Amino acid sequence: MIAKLFFGLIGLAVAPVLGGIIAGLDRRVTARMQSRFGPPLLQPFYDVLKLLGKRPSAVNAWLVLCSYLTLMSSALAVFLFFFQADLLLIFFVMTIGAVFQVMGALSVNSPFSQVGAQRELLQMLAYEPLIIMVFVGIALKTGSFSIENIYALEQPLLFSLPILFLALGVALTIKLRKSPFDISTSHHGHQEIVRGLLTEYTGPQLAMLEIAHWLDVVLILGLCSLFWSTGMIGMLVLLAATYFVEMLVDNISSRLTWQWMLTRVLAPTMVLCLVNILWLYTL
Amino acid sequence: MKFDLQQWINTGRLKSPWVAHYDCGSCNGCDIEVLACLTPVYDVERFGIINVGNPKQADVLLVSGTVNPRNRVVLKNLYDQMQHPKAVIALGACGLNGGIFQEAYNVVGGVDKVIPVDVYVPGCPPKPEAIIDAVVVALGKIKEQLEKADRGQAVNG
Ligand code: SF4
Repeated sequence: MIAKLFFGLIGLAVAPVLGGIIAGLDRRVTARMQSRFGPPLLQPFYDVLKLLGKRPSAVNAWLVLCSYLTLMSSALAVFLFFFQADLLLIFFVMTIGAVFQVMGALSVNSPFSQVGAQRELLQMLAYEPLIIMVFVGIALKTGSFSIENIYALEQPLLFSLPILFLALGVALTIKLRKSPFDISTSHHGHQEIVRGLLTEYTGPQLAMLEIAHWLDVVLILGLCSLFWSTGMIGMLVLLAATYFVEMLVDNISSRLTWQWMLTRVLAPTMVLCLVNILWLYTL
Repeated sequence: MKFDLQQWINTGRLKSPWVAHYDCGSCNGCDIEVLACLTPVYDVERFGIINVGNPKQADVLLVSGTVNPRNRVVLKNLYDQMQHPKAVIALGACGLNGGIFQEAYNVVGGVDKVIPVDVYVPGCPPKPEAIIDAVVVALGKIKEQLEKADRGQAVNG
């Protein structure tokens, strides 16, 4: 128990640094794909530090409260993951953060923020069932929702749940808000209803949401890593490959509508998930 | 070694100037040059410069074109919405003093008639290199501001 607690705290300390470096790498590799040179690796840290130093001027108290709650729930979710807690608990904690982020955006009258918040709700509607399906698959395979049991497996989950891994990849793209799913907000400064969801978050609040986003990325990559729980090297290769494909897809696709996301992506992926789960039963 | 958060924040400020661009009725010549800076040829992201559409998240305001009585209110409003520390860059002959439209009945004149300007970029239109250089000079101005503030009192922003 003490060892697990220790592990959780270490994970919580390392995750923001790791998330920032992943974001920096992402921006660099994206720039190379567009035949640009790209920003320094530490650019995300510079951005966040600068935002933290801005004079606070939030429009209302809700925005401030919501950004704190979002950051806290993301941090708690990461802690619980490294603590090897229950998968469903992690999922619910993660959802709380996402909901508060939307609440903050909805508390302002700005139409950009409002539209962005509505779209973010739709995006949540798209990735949450997928993640639940993945957890159900894992539970059917290992017999419980606990992360510990996954590490007890002898064969990587990827072999028995390949389609669910694909679904997790789709959920990752939606959660990361990468093209074609950068519908509620975009990482590129000027795009999609002036960054929709994030329009009204400024200075320190924006910095907190950025850190929360890094934590979310680490958490979801952590969930991906569960699919190769038997070896460190295999796990790293799997994660690197997954994230590289994310970046590739981001750069070769254009933004699509939420209708497309729900009808052409969510529905077929759910069916494929069911196929994978049925296949588990027949084995 | 002392852990100095303020020092880190100042480093961040100098390495991540986010730019908001407002077109006060320019002929589009200057605007095209601003956009040229974002292309792979000039790639301003190397310096951490990002073109954001939102004054509330921006550090540097790029203004192009002639100010007229209609849009001076908007310009002032945008400037007020930006959070400290911030800098303003006036682009092109029009931004400096009205340029070739100086004498028109509806032209107020340069951007500095409405808001304080830190850097002036001459040219009609200015070259992209000059615009990138202006942002770097503006960072120097912000740094000066910060140092002055540090000597006076420890202010946050
Ligand atoms: S300075 Fe020249 S290019 Fe720029 S807006 Fe004025 S007339 Fe157009």
